[in-house]
Amino acid sequence: MNYFKKIAIAIKTLLQGMSVTGHYFFPNILKRKYVITRQYPDEPPVVFERFKGEVVMWHNENNEHRCTGCQACEIACPNGSIEIIWKREPDPETGKRKKMIDKHIYHLGMCTSCSLCIQACPTNAIMWSTNFHAATYDRSTLTKVLNRPGSKLMAGVEE
Amino acid sequence: MIDLKNSVQSDIKTQEYFLNMGPQHPATHGVLRLILKLDGETVVGIEPDLGFIHRGIEKMCEYDTYRQIIHLTDRMDYLSSHINNEAVALAVEKALEVEVSDRIKVIRTMMDELTRIASHLLWWGVMGMDIGALTTFMYAFRDREMINEIMEETTGARLTMSYNIPGGVMFDLHPGFPKRVKEFIKHMRQVLPEYDRLLTGNIIFQKRMKGVGILKKEDALNWGATGPVARGSGLHTDIRKRFPYSAYDRVEFEEAVEEGGDNLARYQVRMREMYESLDILEQLVDNIPEGPYQMPMRNLIKLPKGEFYQRVETARGELGVFIVSDGKKNPYRVKFRSPGFSNLNALLKVGLGWKIADLVAIMSTFDFVIPDIDR
Repeated sequence: MNYFKKIAIAIKTLLQGMSVTGHYFFPNILKRKYVITRQYPDEPPVVFERFKGEVVMWHNENNEHRCTGCQACEIACPNGSIEIIWKREPDPETGKRKKMIDKHIYHLGMCTSCSLCIQACPTNAIMWSTNFHAATYDRSTLTKVLNRPGSKLMAGVEE
Repeated sequence: MIDLKNSVQSDIKTQEYFLNMGPQHPATHGVLRLILKLDGETVVGIEPDLGFIHRGIEKMCEYDTYRQIIHLTDRMDYLSSHINNEAVALAVEKALEVEVSDRIKVIRTMMDELTRIASHLLWWGVMGMDIGALTTFMYAFRDREMINEIMEETTGARLTMSYNIPGGVMFDLHPGFPKRVKEFIKHMRQVLPEYDRLLTGNIIFQKRMKGVGILKKEDALNWGATGPVARGSGLHTDIRKRFPYSAYDRVEFEEAVEEGGDNLARYQVRMREMYESLDILEQLVDNIPEGPYQMPMRNLIKLPKGEFYQRVETARGELGVFIVSDGKKNPYRVKFRSPGFSNLNALLKVGLGWKIADLVAIMSTFDFVIPDIDR
C-alpha cells in the first residue's frame, strides 16, 4: 500500500509542475501571450538614457568643445583608458601661449565603465553615450580620438 | 548457483582513484578544479585547486586610490557587485568618520536587496539546471531581467554597476525607480509560489535534496561558513541583523534560519530570504527620504593612519574589507574576507561520503562564484 501511495504522490507532484509549464506553454503557442523575448534586429531594443555605452565629447554646431585639457579624467581613470596629448598655442586675443588639448585619446577596449572620469571633469566636457554597437573586427578601432579634427575650446570655459 | 548478492560485496577488490572535476566542468560554474579521490562512485577525498582566475585584486588595490578600488570589487563576486561596492565605500566612510544622509542609506539598502534577489534568482535557475530541470533557468532569468532593467535605468549598467562611491552614490535615483520596484514586487509575489509548485514539491527534487550533504552546526562554525550555508545549519550569522549597517536598523525583517543542515535547508533559507528582501523593499519604496545623494568629499581622499574593518552581508555570506592605511592616497594593504573561500572549506567536509551526482547538487546549494574565491 505504501509503495502505491508513493507512486501516487510522485505522479501528483509531477503533474503539479507540468501545470505551471502548461500554464505558460499553451497561451504562448495560441496567442503569444507571455512572450518576452525581443526580435532584436527587427524590433528596436530598449535603451535607457543613462546606459553607459562609451565616453564621448560633446561638440556644438561650431565644432567647439568644453575640454580645457586639465587631465582630471586621465588622473581619475583607474586603468589608463584615457590619454590626453596637449599642446601650447598662442591665444588669438591675448597672444599668450595657452595649454590646450591636441588629442583626447580614449581606449574603449580597456574601459570598465566606472564613470569616475565623468565625475571628475570640472567642465562637463565628456559624457556617456548610449551607443551599444561596440563590437568590431579590428581591435585598433576601439581606440578613439574624442575631440573632432579642427575643433577648439568653447569661449568662456575656464578651468 | 552463485550467490550474487554476497559475492559482489566480498570478493571484488576495489581501488581508489583520482578524477578531476573541473576546471571546465559545467557544474562548477567557473574555473574551480576539484581533485576527487573516488572509491567507485563514492567521494572519499576532495582537494580544491585554486588560482585559475586569480587576478591579484588585493595587490592592485595598493596602487589605486580609494575611489578607484571600487570598480575592482565589482569583479569579485559579480552577482552581488553592488554589495561589494558598498563594503569598500562604508569602510572608507568609517575611516573618515563621514555620516551619510538618510537618502543614501535607503538607496543603498534597496539596491542591496534587489541585488540579493537577482543573485538568488540566478542561483535558483542554475541549481535547477544542475540537477536536471531546465525550465527553472528560463523562469528565473525572465524575472531577473526585471531587476536588470531597474539597475540599468538608475545606474547605467546591468551587472558591474560601480554605483557606490565613498560618500554617497554615483547618480540620483531615476524618477521611474519606485514605480518599477513596485511592479517588480507585485510580479515576484505572484511567481514565487509558482516556483514552489514547479520545483520545491517535485519528487525528484526532494529525493536529491532531503538528507543529502548534511553540514553540522559545529562544522559550519569551525570552517567559518557564513551566509545561507551557515544559516541552513542553524547558525544565526546574518550581518544585517547582528551588525546593522546602512538602513537595516530601521527595517523589520526575519532572519531566515533552518535547522536541517542538508541541501533542502539551504534551499529553503534562500527561498525565504527572497520573501524577506521583498518585505524590506516594500517598507522602503514608499518612504525614500529627501536629501543629498552625495556628501561633500575632498577630491583626493586620504585616510588617516590606522586599520579599518567593515563587514557586510552579500548574497553568499559575510564580506569583510580590511584596509591598512599609512596616511597616503593609496592603501598600504587591502584584504577581502570573501564568503566563497570559507564556504569552500565547508564543502570539503560536507562532500565526503556522497556520490559524484550528489556532490554536484551539494555544490549548487553552496552557490559558489569562483572569482570571489580566487580574487
